[in-house]
Amino acid sequence: MSSLPAIELKGIDKKFGAVHANKTIDLTVAKGSIHGIIGENGAGKSTLMSILYGFYQADSGEIRVNGQPVHIKDSQAAIAAGIGMVHQHFMLVENFSVLENIMLGAEGGALLSKGVSHTRSALKRLEEDYGLEVDPDAIIEELPVGLQQRVEILKALYRGADILILDEPTGVLTPAEADHLFKILGMLRDQGKTILLITHKLREIMAITDTVSVMRRGEMVATRTTSQTTVEELAELMVGRRVLLHVDKGEANPGAIVLSVKNLTVKDGRGVTMVDNVSFDVRAGEIVGIAGVAGNGQSELLEALSGIRKPHAGEILIDGKPIDKVDPARLRELGLAHIPEDRHHMGLVLKFDEAENSILGYHRDARYGRGPMLDLKAVEKDAIAKIEKYDIRPPNPHLKTANFSGGNQQKIVVAREIERDPRLMLVGQPTRGVDVGAIEFIHRRIISMRDAGKAILLVSVELDEIRSLSDRILVMFAGHIVGEKTADAGEQTLGLMMAGIAA
Amino acid sequence: MDVAYFDLLISVLGSTIRLSIPLLFTALAGLFSERAGIFDIGLEGKMLAAAFASAVAAYGTGSPWIGLLAGVGVSVAFSLVHGFASITNRGNQIVSGVAINFVTAGLTAVLGNAWFSQGGRTPPLGASARFGEIVLPGAEAARDMGVIGHFYANVISGHNILTYLAFAAVPLSWWILYRTRFGLRLRAVGENPGAVDTAGISVTWLRYRATICAGILCGFSGTYLAVAQSASFITNMSAGKGYIALAALIFAKWRPVPIMLSCLLFGFLDAFANFMQGKKVPGIGEVPVQIFQALPYILTCILLAGFIGVANAPKAGGVPYVKER
Repeated sequence: MSSLPAIELKGIDKKFGAVHANKTIDLTVAKGSIHGIIGENGAGKSTLMSILYGFYQADSGEIRVNGQPVHIKDSQAAIAAGIGMVHQHFMLVENFSVLENIMLGAEGGALLSKGVSHTRSALKRLEEDYGLEVDPDAIIEELPVGLQQRVEILKALYRGADILILDEPTGVLTPAEADHLFKILGMLRDQGKTILLITHKLREIMAITDTVSVMRRGEMVATRTTSQTTVEELAELMVGRRVLLHVDKGEANPGAIVLSVKNLTVKDGRGVTMVDNVSFDVRAGEIVGIAGVAGNGQSELLEALSGIRKPHAGEILIDGKPIDKVDPARLRELGLAHIPEDRHHMGLVLKFDEAENSILGYHRDARYGRGPMLDLKAVEKDAIAKIEKYDIRPPNPHLKTANFSGGNQQKIVVAREIERDPRLMLVGQPTRGVDVGAIEFIHRRIISMRDAGKAILLVSVELDEIRSLSDRILVMFAGHIVGEKTADAGEQTLGLMMAGIAA
Repeated sequence: MDVAYFDLLISVLGSTIRLSIPLLFTALAGLFSERAGIFDIGLEGKMLAAAFASAVAAYGTGSPWIGLLAGVGVSVAFSLVHGFASITNRGNQIVSGVAINFVTAGLTAVLGNAWFSQGGRTPPLGASARFGEIVLPGAEAARDMGVIGHFYANVISGHNILTYLAFAAVPLSWWILYRTRFGLRLRAVGENPGAVDTAGISVTWLRYRATICAGILCGFSGTYLAVAQSASFITNMSAGKGYIALAALIFAKWRPVPIMLSCLLFGFLDAFANFMQGKKVPGIGEVPVQIFQALPYILTCILLAGFIGVANAPKAGGVPYVKER
């Protein structure tokens, strides 16, 4: 058994125009290990792996696989070098069968018939060797996400991959599916495969990797043996400074009731009752958190409160006055701001410039122009002010919003809504898909809004987030509010309530 | 009386076949292109260009086969232009296709007039410069042998070689798409080009090959129009058949055998419209022929509006492939 490393990268450098995505990266991955690569969104992890898989060409640098220098000019060359990749967004043909997807690109001849039987038996062997069972004739789009990912892994193994790259593999998985994936990865390692795991989730790194390398802004800043490091150290390496993994906040000073919801019932587009006779108040200077497993009516509640969806029954009062019409613009005039749950679908227009998105919804304001015309200078000045205040990177108000990382996109939304100085804020999933540094920043902003006497309603599926930010916690289950707890309620208690078991 | 009706039916069916063939070639052309994710609104233009080129070449050389070769060559050239615009340069596929339609409509008329000075027509082709009718063995004898014999002699037999090739192209297309490596990759690239790229296959080359296939088939359909069905090129002789073929393609949900059936249906409606010209409909009187001519379009609208369910277009259709996220 040679002790040569499975992968050695030396001085890999890559620029996309002005963006220096990878700065002379060195990396050594030991054979038969699970090597994690962690970093914030936009740190250059995916670029590095794309270079390794031949998707991009490095501007300079050397790649060695099992000690041999290789030139990976395309994915074909990567496959030939024994490298397989499981992409974050699966590279599967959805209306093809599992078998067809696995064959694609390795058909074994111009006609399919011979390849089909060969692939079928090879698949069976892989199933037996690795316990990766999947029906070869199932159609991909009919399979659950966890199984689709398994097909991706099988695809790589079928091509003889000894080195497996997984890019953010758990982003689409439920916690149970993720645990199962980790079991599979552990087994693959025990059979001698080398695994590179790209993630920005610290929990996964600690749970499964042997070694971890940390990337920050295109640089490889450290490599640690997982058993000898801590979550805190890794978080600090990722962000470049000490990170507060819990939020410091003082006592709340609740004032007058700002938002009052009375017997609210909301139905979704199919006519199913999603929010059922819900009543609660939110006072000035407090954060009310709504905890719950996704899909228990939180989204519909937010939509009704923000004027996007017409309630079926019940009343919404702002400052004691019932809202006169269901209209987001009208509600904004009343001092309501809304950070929507899904920034891509509701919060931003990804094809717009940063500056355009930073005034979206407030574009009728007198300060951004008069009559039908926009004052582009004022818009730009306003955008630059927000960029500075919220540390949005890259600091370019004319960059297309799609080109910002998830954390920075979210900061654009947060800046837009908070800078309006609303009296009532609806906050949905403020840190979904956002990196550690930005999470901390956004949390601090929400707390300071509270301390400034704003009423805040927070909806999140991250129980940790609810617990660390909220002053009061309401638990939603199947459209009902099943109970109210104080912020110090235990995770277990809340978990049971969220599952509808206890009240 | 019965015999008269039967003869009418046979004659309508015979012209159904003749009118379906250009649709069939063209819809199959669209099949190859669109299953690979390249929308091809330029089918019409390629067909027209091929019709012109084949008529000119057949007139010049006296050989229908050289006409066919020229038709296919010109049509493939235009599909390469479409490929260059929409694959290499990631342009808008609809715009590129429409441009091809405009260019060919103008160019064929201008060149035709400049070369032959007959108002855009090409000179009539002699019998030896056309694809003639082929009488299948035993057709003459079968003509008087009851219903089946009659059908064989008048509907199955007596078409030109391109007609038979069109029907042969249906199982051949199916076989290529579903039984070969090329077909598997072609279908994959129309659904998720990323999957093809990460499997180490060139998306660009694959899509180019698909548009070339489309070009070849459009070449056949254009040649059929000018050198088989007619005996010369006439200005704008494709007359919207490319669009009808596109409708047949969607109607058939991008599958070869249903494409044949839908083309036959549209061909039948066309034949029926011709047949009804100047005839009285019992109880209504004479119906304007335009009503019948509009039937295929109306039917397409109605059927697409809900009767065939969701038309599952290739997912990556119309979207240029860009590697970056």
